[in-house]
Amino acid sequence: MAAATASNNGRTAAPAAVLPELQKTPTGISGLDEVTGGGLPSGRPTLVCGPAGCGKTLLAMEFLVRGVTQYGEPGVFVAFEESTDDLVANFASLGFDLAGAEAAGMLVLDHVKVERAEVEETGDWDLEGLFLRLGASIDKVGAKRIVIDTIETLFGAFSNTAILRSELHRLFAWLKERGVTAVVTGERGDGALSRHGIEEYVSDCVIVLDHRVTEQTSTRRLRILKYRGTLHGTNEYPFLIGEDGVSVLPVTTRGLRHHVSADRVSTGVPRLDAMLGDGGFYKGSTVLISGTAGTGKSTIAAQLCDATCESGGRAMYFAFEESQAEIVRNMSSVGIDLQKWVDSGLLQFRCSRPSILGLEAHLLAMQTMVEDFDPAVVVMDPVSDFLRVGTAAEVAAMLMRQVDFLKGRGVTAMFTSLNAENEPARADQQLASLVDAWLHVQSTEGNGEHNRLLYILKSRGMAHSNQIREFLLTSHGIELVDVYVGPQGVLTGSARQAREAKERADGETWLEDLEQQRLLLERRREAVASQTAALWREFEDEADVVERLLKHGSIGTEDRADQRVEQGRMRQADAEALAGDLDLSRSVVR
Amino acid sequence: MSPDLPEPADVSDGPWHLRLYVAGQSPKSLDAFANLKAICEQHLPGQYEIEIVDLVENPTQASTDEILAVPTLVRRLPPPSRKIIGNLADTERVLGYLRLPGRGQR
Repeated sequence: MAAATASNNGRTAAPAAVLPELQKTPTGISGLDEVTGGGLPSGRPTLVCGPAGCGKTLLAMEFLVRGVTQYGEPGVFVAFEESTDDLVANFASLGFDLAGAEAAGMLVLDHVKVERAEVEETGDWDLEGLFLRLGASIDKVGAKRIVIDTIETLFGAFSNTAILRSELHRLFAWLKERGVTAVVTGERGDGALSRHGIEEYVSDCVIVLDHRVTEQTSTRRLRILKYRGTLHGTNEYPFLIGEDGVSVLPVTTRGLRHHVSADRVSTGVPRLDAMLGDGGFYKGSTVLISGTAGTGKSTIAAQLCDATCESGGRAMYFAFEESQAEIVRNMSSVGIDLQKWVDSGLLQFRCSRPSILGLEAHLLAMQTMVEDFDPAVVVMDPVSDFLRVGTAAEVAAMLMRQVDFLKGRGVTAMFTSLNAENEPARADQQLASLVDAWLHVQSTEGNGEHNRLLYILKSRGMAHSNQIREFLLTSHGIELVDVYVGPQGVLTGSARQAREAKERADGETWLEDLEQQRLLLERRREAVASQTAALWREFEDEADVVERLLKHGSIGTEDRADQRVEQGRMRQADAEALAGDLDLSRSVVR
Repeated sequence: MSPDLPEPADVSDGPWHLRLYVAGQSPKSLDAFANLKAICEQHLPGQYEIEIVDLVENPTQASTDEILAVPTLVRRLPPPSRKIIGNLADTERVLGYLRLPGRGQR
């Protein structure tokens, strides 16, 4: 990406800014116009070269057919190798009605037979016959576009290459003069773009096609080698030949211009929706669910599909490991009935092994299906399987295009990724910055059991929970429960249950202890009260004695008999006072 | 050139029908016609017929007869059909390739 930008910037300083803007002729080929910044140079020849079987003829023909069908520009196809009948038959399989376009006066197919054996050369000659022939074809339909496939065949027909080269030079000049936008194909030679170096005559635009096989998977690639006087993408772009013709997949040109939505998409798990803040993922966001084997990633995905269908939306499930029947059966065991959504047409499965196609072919196939079905939610389960087909960087590049594509359509996407134990998958690192939310599911081992934990590693633009939840697969789908976090760490499963039970039991004991202590206290209070009463009595007695002695001392000795009587009376009173004091002491203790 | 070509069986069979494709009144076309006429007069007196096809006037003829280069000379009769391109300046080669009887008489 950076390289493309850098070289583009390098070019802006060049004459492009000074010269009047170059007229471009849109090809109508998916992606090619983005890469070329609008199409091929109008009224000039473009060379499309590459090895045999790389799709040159197809690309050139599609340029003509799209010109006829989309832009109303008539075209001429000059075939040096294939007969017109073969061309009509070959392109019928791609849905191009060449015969119909010819009958409508929009297209001329001209097969130029080139025989070498019967032709002898003597003296000077030129290719005026070919020029006149092309001119007649162009005039016949008023062609704006012309394809010459493959002109290098002429090198097999004439032995005087000096004349031929000067004639080719004249031909391209003549085509420019006629103002037709030409596509000239050339077979790639050893160390050169074309066998006979015709690139030297076509200096305006050169597109190189390539066809590589890595690990039994073939990938076609397209590169704009040069495009004089204009900005263009300089990368190698994968391209595909699909049912609708050529599709170039520009890796970096989709840009970040998606509409964003604040609407939420429920995950189908209330607790998970709550963890994500306010009711689930953002609509149109991309969610990665990573985890080790058997942690329930697919179940989360299935639950999302279920919730989407429940609310009347369409969901598309791309499965790369399991068949539709397996997924439906497995999910019904946790209470998620996907079959009813399949039957009602809200849910579509697309199951395929990653290895049956190249990455780009998968991408195109998926995008075509998404365009046809127009789902609200797309699941890819698991994306890590693509690592069997491509390197981590290639997979990430492919997924980036998928993310951009889905975001562009406002589709909520959920990718699952299978991790090796204790090691995040290589693709995850590349994906991390690509996705909006990342949920990680892991299993913890302990007490002879595996338990699942779920947490949110990242969730852009949401006030999400940062707590770990235990993740249960129940007969009615997914449930999330709080884990026990205590001095011994995070406890899950039966350990959590045991701990909770112990806590409950501990609580009961403590209540009993409290009651006992209350009783003890009560008994102690009674003891203190009785002791206090005893002490009080002792004190009263002493006080009594002291008072009496004081009284004796003040009256003298004369009335000792009276004193005895009085003494007896006092004692009586003391007994009463004592009774009152006891009450008093009790209230003090209280 | 080609001295070991077998003596053709059709040497004396007439008439000779030769067709010359040209593009307008270009110097190459005029040269070719002049050269052909001279050869025929010398080697096939009274037995030949030269037809001139001007592709500028009949452009579609170029595709029906598969003519790319001009001038092109086609020996239509006697069969088999043969083609030679160029301004026919090399009389020896023309004679040899078209297997005109003159070549055998030399």
